[in-house]
Amino acid sequence: MSRIRPNQPTVRPSTKRCFVLLVILFTTVGCRGSVWNPRGNSLGDNPGKPTTTLTVFAAASLTESFLDIADRFEADNPGVKLDFNFAGSQQLSQQLVQGATADLFASADKEYIDSLVEAGILDKGSEQIFANNRLAVIFRKDGRIPIHKLEDLASPGVHLVIGAESVPIGRHSLEFLERISSAEAFGPTFKDDILRNVMSYEENVKAVLSKVILGEADAGIVYDSDTLTLDPGEIGVIPIPEAYNPIARYYIAALPASANQDLSSRFIEFILSATGQEILKSNGLIPVQ
Amino acid sequence: MSQPSPPLTERPIPPERGYFNTYTLLSLPLLAFFVLPLLALVLRISLRDMLSSLSEPAITQAIRLSLTTSVTATILTVLLGTPLAYALSHHYMPFERFVDTLIDLPTVLPPAVAGVALLMAFGRRGLLGSTLETANIHIAFTQIAVILAQTFVAAPFYIKAAKIGFANVNIELEQSSALDGAHSGQVLRYVVLPLSRTALLGGAVMTWARALGEFGATIIFAGNFPGRTQTMPLAIYLGFQFNIETALTLSVILLGFSFLVLMLVKGLLQREIS
Repeated sequence: MSRIRPNQPTVRPSTKRCFVLLVILFTTVGCRGSVWNPRGNSLGDNPGKPTTTLTVFAAASLTESFLDIADRFEADNPGVKLDFNFAGSQQLSQQLVQGATADLFASADKEYIDSLVEAGILDKGSEQIFANNRLAVIFRKDGRIPIHKLEDLASPGVHLVIGAESVPIGRHSLEFLERISSAEAFGPTFKDDILRNVMSYEENVKAVLSKVILGEADAGIVYDSDTLTLDPGEIGVIPIPEAYNPIARYYIAALPASANQDLSSRFIEFILSATGQEILKSNGLIPVQ
Repeated sequence: MSQPSPPLTERPIPPERGYFNTYTLLSLPLLAFFVLPLLALVLRISLRDMLSSLSEPAITQAIRLSLTTSVTATILTVLLGTPLAYALSHHYMPFERFVDTLIDLPTVLPPAVAGVALLMAFGRRGLLGSTLETANIHIAFTQIAVILAQTFVAAPFYIKAAKIGFANVNIELEQSSALDGAHSGQVLRYVVLPLSRTALLGGAVMTWARALGEFGATIIFAGNFPGRTQTMPLAIYLGFQFNIETALTLSVILLGFSFLVLMLVKGLLQREIS
C-alpha cells in the first residue's frame, strides 16, 4: 500500500537549490548579532587593529549624553569601542539579573543598583554617583486646553503621559506629585486630579517624550535633560520649583564579572573628570563635581 | 465504488511500523525546543505563589481585560471578515490579488509597525483620528484601541481560513440549492456555513489566540494603563521588569488557558471530521 499519492506536484531540483541557497544566505547574514547599537559599529570598521569593546547598559535618559561621551572617549582611547544598551533602568537591571553580560551599568536610580547588589551581580559600595537630574513638565503649545502653569495639568480633559511606577522617571513623577499635593498652594486633591488625566504609563522616559512630540498626549513629565532637543515652537516646558522637584541620582558601577576592569575604571574616571562632567552638563544633566 | 480515502492529516490510524521511526526521531529536537521553555515556566513558580498573586488587582484586571478585548476582537473579525472571505473565495472581489496581499500584510508586519500605523491613522493627529477628535471621539489610549490593535493583527488568520473553507464547498451544492429556490442568504446559512464550519471555527480560534497575545501594537497604540489598556502581555512585560512573580503567574495562566482552549477546539474539530 503506497502512502504517496500519485500525480503529486513535485518541486523542481533547480528551484529547490535556489531556495536552500537563500536560506543559507539569510542565516549567515542574520547571525551577525542584532543588539540595537545607535552608533552602528560595523564589522568592517578597522580590520587590522584589535579593538576592545566596552558594553554599557545605561538608563534611557542618558542616551544623548553617553553617546557624546562615547565619541570623546573613543577619540581619546583608540582601539576602544563603546557599545550601548539604552532602556529603562528597571529593564536593564532585570536583564543583568537574568544573565545578560555587560561591563558597566549606569542607573537613573539607586534602587536598581541595590537590587543588583542583592542579587550578587554588583559589589556593595562599588557604585559611584556621577550625575543628577531633575524633572520638568513638557506640554504641547497647540493643545486644545491651554496649559501655562502646573495647575493647568489638573484641568479636565488634559491628556497626560507619565512613566510607569516601576521606571525611575515614573517613581520620581509620583514623588513630585506627592510633594506638590502636600503644598498649600495646590491642595491635597492635586495628585489625584492629575492622575485622573493620565492616559498611559510608559516604560521609559523616551516613550513619554515620543507620545508628547507625536501629539498623542498634551503633556508629560520627563527629565530636565530631555527638554534640550525639543522644538520650542511646538513644545513648552514648565519648570518645577525646587521644593517639589525630586533629585534623580545617577549611579554607575563596573560589573565584577566583566573582563575589562581597567577599561571600565578608566571610563568611570572619564565620566567623573572635568571633561566628562562638562559633556553631561551640556546635555542637561547636573554634574556632581 | 468505495469512497476516496480521507487526507493523510485526518487519518487517526497509526503507521504500520509504529511511532518509533526516523520521522518521529528527527522531530524530537524541535519538539524538545518547544516543550523546554514551557516546562521551565511552569516549574519556576509554585502553585502557592501563583494562587496568592491571583488575588492582586493588577493581575485580575489584566486577565479580565485580555479576555474581554480578545473575545470582542474575535467576534468583530467573524462578523466583518465572513463577507470578505466569502467574496474572495467566490472571486466577487475586484483587484483580488491586491486585496489578498493586503490581508496578508498585518501578519507579516512587525506588530510595532502596526501600532505606529494605527496611531498615525486613529491617533489624535491621525488621518481619521483628527476628524474624530472634533466629534469628541477618542480612540488612542482607550479600550477601543486595544480591540482595534488586536483585530488588525489577528483578523487575517480568520479571513484566510474562512476563505479556504468557503472555497472548499462544492460550488454545485450552492448552485443546486439556488436552483431549488434558495436566495443567496439562505444558501449561505443552510449550505455554505454548515459545510465550512470546521474551517471557520479553526480560523476564529487562531484569531482569538493571536489577539490574546498581542503586545507591540497595543503598547504603542493603546498605551499602558492598568485596568483600561494593560492586557496580560503588557502586564507580563512590565511585571518582568519590576516583579517577576507577577510575570510568571500571568505567563502560566496565559499558557494554561491557551493550551486548554486549543485542545478543546481541536477535540471538537476532530470529532466533527470523523
